[in-house]
Amino acid sequence: MDSMTIIAIVSIFTAGITIAIGVIGPALGEGRAVATALTSLAQQPDASATITRTLFVGLAMIESTAIYCFVVSMILIFANPFWNHVISQAAGK
Amino acid sequence: MNLSPDQLILWQYGFLHLNETIVTTWLLMLAMTAGAMLVTRKLATDGNISRWQGALEIIVIGIKQQIEEVGLANPEKYLGFLGTLFLFVATASVCTIIPGYAPPTGSLSTTAALALCVFVAVPLFGIAQQGLGSYLKSYLEPTLLMLPFNIISELSRTLALAVRLFGNMMSGAMIIAILLTITPFLFPLVMTLLGLLTGMVQAYIFSILATVYIAAGMQVRTPDSAMTPQKQATSINNPKEAPHG
Repeated sequence: MDSMTIIAIVSIFTAGITIAIGVIGPALGEGRAVATALTSLAQQPDASATITRTLFVGLAMIESTAIYCFVVSMILIFANPFWNHVISQAAGK
Repeated sequence: MNLSPDQLILWQYGFLHLNETIVTTWLLMLAMTAGAMLVTRKLATDGNISRWQGALEIIVIGIKQQIEEVGLANPEKYLGFLGTLFLFVATASVCTIIPGYAPPTGSLSTTAALALCVFVAVPLFGIAQQGLGSYLKSYLEPTLLMLPFNIISELSRTLALAVRLFGNMMSGAMIIAILLTITPFLFPLVMTLLGLLTGMVQAYIFSILATVYIAAGMQVRTPDSAMTPQKQATSINNPKEAPHG
């Protein structure tokens, strides 16, 4: 295999692995957060405004880790610096 | 496929590039400024106010209440900055119902600029509230050892603000583009609807996080003021518990 093929294989494989593993943690975390928020909403409907706001902010915090993984995998597929380097080398020849 | 609207260059002359992000940002700013000027040109205080004035009052009062609930006393001082952040991000994502429009918040340069505004505004408001020395001393809380971590958290939360908004907006546009090639009719429509919802939620989160950061930078170190029962009830205004994600 030449280096171009290796870079392509590793980039695509890593992009898939990144999003696949990186989504597990936030999914579990968000599930727990929503479940706990629903429990406390059922117990204290009066505090719904505070609970909902804190829930949204917390969900955004948890979700951002998944978003980082997504951004990394998107960069690997669509804006890969190593791939661009190989392409420019091949074009220069 | 374009990762962001930065890559679509509409006009260039020499080293000057005019990409889609800049054009849509300025068009949004023009539309919002012109709209606000048209509405506020003839304001009324008696019973029959115009419909547009009513809508604008609802928005302004709603933002003010949200700022107050986070724990910032005297919200008029921050209304301009935080309200502008919210309205810009919200309008940018609501306008995705216009065909051929790419939200400027789907470009990392726009979101980084917005996050840098927050990064600069937090110390400015903090210093205006409690003075330079007292603000700088808050970096040494609780001990001197925590100084590097306080600085790192300041930087990392700015990065997180920028990447979160960019990632959400970009992923929405990307998923719609991918679905358009697979299942052209129904699913892109549903995902556009979901994108409108997440856009509003992201606008809310961006501005509420900016509010929380500003509130955390404003805390005056008096033992009584931080620990009154009402303030504990509003949960996220304690600087130690302020999220750093």
